[in-house]
Amino acid sequence: MKNKDIRRRNLVRLAVWTFSWVGIKAFLVFGHESLWGGLAWVTSLMLLLDVVIGLGMVVAYRRLLMNLDELEKKIQLESMGLTLGLTLVVGLAYSAMDITNLIPWDAEIGFLMQFMAVCYMVCIFINTRRYC
Amino acid sequence: MKNRIRVLRAEKNLTQGDLADAVGVSRQTINAIEKEKFDPSLPTAFRIAKLFGLPIEAVFQYDMTGD
Repeated sequence: MKNKDIRRRNLVRLAVWTFSWVGIKAFLVFGHESLWGGLAWVTSLMLLLDVVIGLGMVVAYRRLLMNLDELEKKIQLESMGLTLGLTLVVGLAYSAMDITNLIPWDAEIGFLMQFMAVCYMVCIFINTRRYC
Repeated sequence: MKNRIRVLRAEKNLTQGDLADAVGVSRQTINAIEKEKFDPSLPTAFRIAKLFGLPIEAVFQYDMTGD
């Protein structure tokens, strides 16, 4: 199998794992109240499934990274490093804003996830443009 | 690092995609190496030189002015 085909296969696998993970997470939160009426054992089971699928997604992402060439790996590394650093700095600042009541709402982890996603995409875009 | 990949590729009538497939990297990587925006690893540099049937120093030259 050609390298290009392996890469495409890895990308499709990652997409399937990611959508499954997002799906099970939404199902877990929605189902807890609306489908199984808050039954703790069902929620625990779904939570276990959520973690297992999440781990599958991480493995699929690792496999995708291992198959990239040196420039693509460099772009990914720089983007992930920047995302990690910025998330740490912004996340802790956001948390401090909540503790000191500078913001009237609670600092939710959802904000951090959104920030990470946007930051990672912007970094990938900028780094890709920089080398091409 | 300077290189002669674009000239050598033209002499052999190879596209960036052909060279990328032969070396096992993406076309964007070949493009970045040609434009000297990215220095390849030693294994990749050796594979490129071998593909053109030349010693590595005939394809890549270290740019002392970059120091």
